[in-house]
Amino acid sequence: MMSDILGHLNYWLATLLLLIGLHGMLIRPNLVKKLMAMNVMQVAVIMFFISLAVKTGGTAPIELHGDGHTTPHAAAYINPLPHALMLTAIVVGVSTTGVALALLIRIYRYYGTLEEPELLQRMQE
Amino acid sequence: MKPLFGSVVLDVACRLSVPFIILFAIYVIVHGHDSPGGGFQGGTILAATFILIRMIRQDVKPWGLDRTGALVLACCGLLLYTGIGLLSFLFAGNYLDYGVFPLPLEAGKIRFMGSFGIEIGVSMGVTGVLVLIFDALTEEDSQDDKPGEPT
Amino acid sequence: MTAHAPVLIVVIPLAIAVLVPLVSLRSDQWARSLVLLALLGAMTCAAIALAQTLSTGPWHYHLGGWEPPWGIEYVLDPLSSGMALLISAVAILVAIYAGPHLSGWAASRSGLFSSLFLLLNTGLLGMVVTGDFFNLYVFLEISSLAAYALLASGTIQATVATFRYLIIGTIAATFYLLGVGYLYALTGTLNMADVAARLPAVADSSPFIVAVIFIAVGLSIKAALFPMHGWLPDAYAYAPPTVIGFISAVMAKVSVYALFRVLYFILRPAEIVEQTLTVLSWAAAIAILAGSLLAVAQRDIRRMLAYSSVGQMGYIMLGFALGTRAALIGALLHMLNHAIMKGCLFLAAGGVQWRTGSCNLDDFAGISRHMPLTMAAVVVAAISMIGLPPTAGFFSKWYLVTGAIQVHAWVFVAVLIGSSLLSAVYFFRVIEWAYLRAPECSATSAIRHQELPVQMLMPILLLATSILLLGLFNQTVISHVIQYALPQGGF
Repeated sequence: MMSDILGHLNYWLATLLLLIGLHGMLIRPNLVKKLMAMNVMQVAVIMFFISLAVKTGGTAPIELHGDGHTTPHAAAYINPLPHALMLTAIVVGVSTTGVALALLIRIYRYYGTLEEPELLQRMQE
Repeated sequence: MKPLFGSVVLDVACRLSVPFIILFAIYVIVHGHDSPGGGFQGGTILAATFILIRMIRQDVKPWGLDRTGALVLACCGLLLYTGIGLLSFLFAGNYLDYGVFPLPLEAGKIRFMGSFGIEIGVSMGVTGVLVLIFDALTEEDSQDDKPGEPT
Repeated sequence: MTAHAPVLIVVIPLAIAVLVPLVSLRSDQWARSLVLLALLGAMTCAAIALAQTLSTGPWHYHLGGWEPPWGIEYVLDPLSSGMALLISAVAILVAIYAGPHLSGWAASRSGLFSSLFLLLNTGLLGMVVTGDFFNLYVFLEISSLAAYALLASGTIQATVATFRYLIIGTIAATFYLLGVGYLYALTGTLNMADVAARLPAVADSSPFIVAVIFIAVGLSIKAALFPMHGWLPDAYAYAPPTVIGFISAVMAKVSVYALFRVLYFILRPAEIVEQTLTVLSWAAAIAILAGSLLAVAQRDIRRMLAYSSVGQMGYIMLGFALGTRAALIGALLHMLNHAIMKGCLFLAAGGVQWRTGSCNLDDFAGISRHMPLTMAAVVVAAISMIGLPPTAGFFSKWYLVTGAIQVHAWVFVAVLIGSSLLSAVYFFRVIEWAYLRAPECSATSAIRHQELPVQMLMPILLLATSILLLGLFNQTVISHVIQYALPQGGF
């Protein structure tokens, strides 16, 4: 049981962050909190992917003194592919946050509030 | 955005650090192939320069990059990216196939030059976009952004 | 150049999308012509791809010259090139339709609008042609972000509705990415064909079940399947009329296509897919009923059409989930038909709003006197949505009902027929108000209520004519295109 938890700490971390993010997005009424929870949820997935790349005893996938002709011993390096994928995912997260912030500023300038129940009520009128 | 600060200390610190930040950004962009870095990261650091100056000296007209300039920079960066990709069509390769460029270098270095061009395009795009985001979020209530009347 | 058609489908709209803001600084007219040229280019490449894949089979295009599974590849077969053709054709019509709206804006705003529209097209076309799981996620997010920006650019209520759509859409994309992460952890590859090849070794493990569920839930949220459809009515009801015709016609469908592609072409042999499809079929049936029932209660025509879209997505999902040949043909035919019908209806509703300033059903009274051609198109589209011959809607529903009968799913048959009756209720109400009620008589309203300008009228009439043509020639379409789009083996 303990080895189940300790051996899979990265998955527990990703699950915890995912649930925190989902809770924030669905339960919290403030729109800015929803946005921050969205970022937390994206970080959860990023952590999950990056933890997939780890190997015991592996080192960072950077060739420090290679001459470009000998093939590196690939098994000694951790997997660089999830890192590259997560760069893209981080950029996607930043862009989504940018769009969301622009929307929030527009909403705030018109309504003066960012609480969802109040907003919905004023939208119906 | 009203200037919250305005002291000599901040001004001097900003003047001293901005050249080094720009240099570091270029270093990160160029060394993206062989060490952590690349277009996205370097572009973000470069955008941080512009944002730093905007935060400290708003009385100066937008230093270096106004809205049109940022838009042009972003678009040119992305056009560079797609241009390099489409360039390989001329040499009978697939899209983004750097290996077919007829440069007088060895095979690995040709692919490196192609990636390098792409990274420059990406960093230009990222810089322009981040400066645009910052400007859009901090501008005063401008006239052409009035939301339409609710239906 | 035609050898590069698969990548040009995506790259032409992308390159022009970043060119348009620069050009619009100079001249607005050139920018708009560039948009049409880009979409025409994409449509030509899609047509070339469709012709080629119908004759010689799937077309694999390796990006960057790297062989799969190390590189990203674009895979075109009749299904994806047909979808690409549909997306670009609807995009051209909507770009023409949006012309009069754009002339009233400042050059910078219309340049940015055109650029976002082309980026939306890039994302959707990319989702359709790609053969790599992570590439699908990237294009999904590109199209979603462009859609958020476009949908929010109307009134302030559009912005609030779009913020909710943004949150829910990001949850969906994150779930999809998590599912892809599990698949990558199990199979070690992101290439769709390679995952299909490595499937037998991992198909029974629990991470695989989790992966399939996450991917299915993520794409279903984007496709507005009940009970995750909550974002759609508000987002579509308040959306600016320039883009809603395109987004309603195409966006949710591409997510359904992606789900179809993943579940049927790649992951099919796994057991969990059967159970997922069963759950999806029940959710789709509830969606059909819920969408139709909620649509009856609406006074605003755009909100009514939005709830009707929820129901129609249910039809398509039900056809995919039933799995028989007739049901799949019905689902694919309904994807084509619904894009044209819903596009026509939303464009006409936008046209009425352009002339009268309101989309409320009460203000539709007697409008057929002032806008006869537009209302004629609405009648044709409404009859097709209800499902009466000889319009296209009848034939797709016929195939869906046939497919449901083949698996003895009598509940689904009842749902399909019942919802057609319900849609008759709310669509006939529109026709009744437009044709049989007396118009309000005031001199000012008579001056403003004329027929739409040609640029807006022509796409509406073209779509209405296509509905009739598709109905008459549906056998040709099925036998020449759609039956080649079905997954091979096992029917």
